[in-house]
Amino acid sequence: MAQLICRNLAVGYDGHPVLENLNFQVRAGEYLTIIGENGAGKSTLMKTILGLLPPLNGEIITGDGLRSDEIGYLPQQTEVQRDFPASVWEIVLSGCQGRCGHHFFYGKQEKDIARRAIEQMEIGALISRCYRELSGGQQQRVLLARALCATRKMLLMDEPVAGLDPKATADMYHIIGKLNHEKGITILMITHDLEAADRYATHVLKLGSHGTGFFYGTREEYRRMHAESSGIQQGKSRKEAQNETCD
Amino acid sequence: MKHVIDQLSAYWQYPFVQHAVVVGVLIALCSSLLGVTLVLKRFSYIGDGLSHVAFGAMSVAIVMKLTNRMPLILTVTVISAVLLLRTGQNARIKGDAAIAMISVGALAMGYLLMNVFSASANVSGDVCSTLFGSTSILTLTQEDVVLCVVMSVIVVALYVFCYNRIFAVTFDENFARAVGTRVDFYNFLIAVVIACVIVLAMNLVGSLLISALVIFPALSAMRMFKSFRSVTICAALLSVICSLLGILASILAGTPVGSTIVLVQMAAFGISYLAGALRTGVRR
Repeated sequence: MAQLICRNLAVGYDGHPVLENLNFQVRAGEYLTIIGENGAGKSTLMKTILGLLPPLNGEIITGDGLRSDEIGYLPQQTEVQRDFPASVWEIVLSGCQGRCGHHFFYGKQEKDIARRAIEQMEIGALISRCYRELSGGQQQRVLLARALCATRKMLLMDEPVAGLDPKATADMYHIIGKLNHEKGITILMITHDLEAADRYATHVLKLGSHGTGFFYGTREEYRRMHAESSGIQQGKSRKEAQNETCD
Repeated sequence: MKHVIDQLSAYWQYPFVQHAVVVGVLIALCSSLLGVTLVLKRFSYIGDGLSHVAFGAMSVAIVMKLTNRMPLILTVTVISAVLLLRTGQNARIKGDAAIAMISVGALAMGYLLMNVFSASANVSGDVCSTLFGSTSILTLTQEDVVLCVVMSVIVVALYVFCYNRIFAVTFDENFARAVGTRVDFYNFLIAVVIACVIVLAMNLVGSLLISALVIFPALSAMRMFKSFRSVTICAALLSVICSLLGILASILAGTPVGSTIVLVQMAAFGISYLAGALRTGVRR
């Protein structure tokens, strides 16, 4: 059984659908990249999967031992966060709040989980540093550690490399790939980086602009479709060029 | 120096001075705790906005000749606070614009009602003392003090127990919601508590002071400290110390209490700014 199934899903704001009739499923250990132009509904889809927005139609089913509140989330940074006075430790630990239940404070177990996540992200040296003084890449690692505190099964990431320099981008992809390969964590990642989508993903979900359908398939299927569609375009332009010379 | 101490201990004999100090310090403590969250959520002006709402509600109560005005004022202010804070990160009208709208609207309506219907001979005097507190902190009754102590205990206890959740909701609402924290409930809680603090404090110290008590300690503490916990503790301490100094200075110098405290807060912010700059300068 798949961990996440979207069936006839429609997502959008205030009853206005951005995306309709979406069908796809994600199995444990897969690496799905979600690509598409701005406004295609990538972030809206992610927020709906997380339960931050209600689905307008259809359903989202979690299974294979995944509870709907066991999904880790790496959001896009907000304006508020860039200037937030908090230490790395405080932020990572806040990822454990879902585990606290009705307790008010973090116990030893939560602190151990946070410490392990920090080790895994190799940010042990930054533990008492202030979040706003870190570089963009370091901040993303902190938020990734926080997401790891919330889950061991599935991570949703909204443009994790936005605004990072090439070195930090490569590091980030490396870390995400490692979590996917070594820990078997399922990854759903929104990205504008088509090259990365092609290199790291096992599956691709491409959303058309303004609700004009979508493509979902494995990386190989995506490559084939991509090659065919660009081939068609090339053929067409060759024909047009011939017409022009005839005139 | 000895002269000052003698003078202060002479004043300390009067119950109204003791009341003023106790109430001033407790309100400073409560509002600065909430202030850290509000400033970080970009709701710095909510103190001002809500106290204007309370002012508007109060003028309605006066016009309606209600004997017990408190329930109406409190209800209206709590509702406004909940509506303002509920909108949060995903609002269509952003927080600052919503606060500005409600604040100006309520102020205009309150002033208009008081002008048209008021039986009092000195309308501008009434308005002025509501907004700036004038000397009301020096005319507190025993009941006022008890009420204030009870409220402060509740606010501090709530804050301590919900500290981790409040941090999570302040730092990242969407993440907190995704991992199952009841974000709406905590936003609601923060809104209700801040509304109660503001309504009570406005009667005691005026609306000018209450917005200063929300904003200044948090901003000063953020200049100097780097973690949420140390910022919160520092804001609370700063707020208490500044209010104490302000009240004592105003008693000695005979200046208005509210504005004196605000001036002390501003001085503290200046010092914190320098201290913060020096600290980062030394590290580099």
